[in-house]
Amino acid sequence: MIEIGLGHYLSLGAIIFFLGVIGIFLNRKNVIVILMSIELILLAVNINLISFSIFSGDIVGQIFTMLILTVAAAEAAIGLAIIVVYYRNRGSIRVEDIHGMQG
Amino acid sequence: MIVHSIFFYFFSIIAIFSSLMVITSRSTINSVFFLILDFISVGCLFIMVGAEFLGMILLIVYVGAVAVLFLFVVMMLNVAEQKQSWFIGKKSTHIPTGLIVSVLILLELLVVVGGWKYKENVMSSSTLFLSNISNTHQLGLVMYTDYILYFQLAGIVLLLAMIGAILLTFRERVGVKKQSYLNQISRTPLTAVELKDIKSNEGVKIDD
Repeated sequence: MIEIGLGHYLSLGAIIFFLGVIGIFLNRKNVIVILMSIELILLAVNINLISFSIFSGDIVGQIFTMLILTVAAAEAAIGLAIIVVYYRNRGSIRVEDIHGMQG
Repeated sequence: MIVHSIFFYFFSIIAIFSSLMVITSRSTINSVFFLILDFISVGCLFIMVGAEFLGMILLIVYVGAVAVLFLFVVMMLNVAEQKQSWFIGKKSTHIPTGLIVSVLILLELLVVVGGWKYKENVMSSSTLFLSNISNTHQLGLVMYTDYILYFQLAGIVLLLAMIGAILLTFRERVGVKKQSYLNQISRTPLTAVELKDIKSNEGVKIDD
C-alpha cells in the first residue's frame, strides 16, 4: 500500500479509462462532453504506456505516448470542427437531436 | 518513498475526482475546467514518476492547446446553458447496457492489473534507459534515429488535421470583397493599360 508500484499506476489508468467509457455511454447532453471522454480514455492509455515504460526501463513507451498525444490533438481539432459545422447547420448539438443516420 | 506515495495518492485522487466531474458536471464549461485540472494532475504524476518531458508536453499541448480549444468551442456554440439531463426526459434504452459494459471493462482491467507479472526476459530490449543522461536526451536519442518515420508520420497527421479543420469550418461569405488571385496573376499589359487619345479641353471620363 505504501510502496507505489506499477500496479498503482495501472489501476489509476484503468479507473480513468472506465470513467471515460461511462462518460461516452451515459452522456445525454452534448457531443463536446463525448469528445472530452475520448480525451480521458487517451489519457488513461498514456498513463499505462508511461508507467510500463518507467517500470520496465524502456524508453519506447514514452515515444508512443508522444505519438498518441499527436493523434489526440488532431482528433480534438477535427472533432470540434465537425461540431462547429453541425451546430451551424442544425442549431443544436444535443445527443438526442443527432439522429440523421437513424442510429 | 513515503513522500512519493503521499504525492501519488494526492495527485491520483485529484485526477479521479476531476475525471468524475468531467462526465457528471452540470454545465459543459465546468466539464472543461475539470478536464484541465485532470490534465494538470496527471502531468504532475508523469513528472513525479520520471517522465519529465512528457509531463511538460502534456501541460503544454493539452492544457495550453486542446483544453483551450474546447473552451473556445463551448463559448462559441452557446451550449453552456444546456442542463445536464442524464436520467430525465425521454427514456433511453442504452443506459443500462452502457453501465454494464463500462463496469465489465473496469473489472476486466482490474483483473489484468491484479494478475500481472513480469515476463522473464522482458528486460532484453535494445532501448533501455541510460542512467547518466536526462529523460529528454534519451527520448531524442531514440526518437530521431529509430523512430524517425513515426515522427514524420505524426507531422503529416497534424498537417492533415489542420487542413481538415480549416476546410470544414471554412464558409463563403456573400457581399465581402475578396482578392481574385487568378485575375491578378493572369492580367497582361494589354488588358491592364488602355491608351486613349484625349482631345484638348474635354477631360477624361474614368469609370468606363
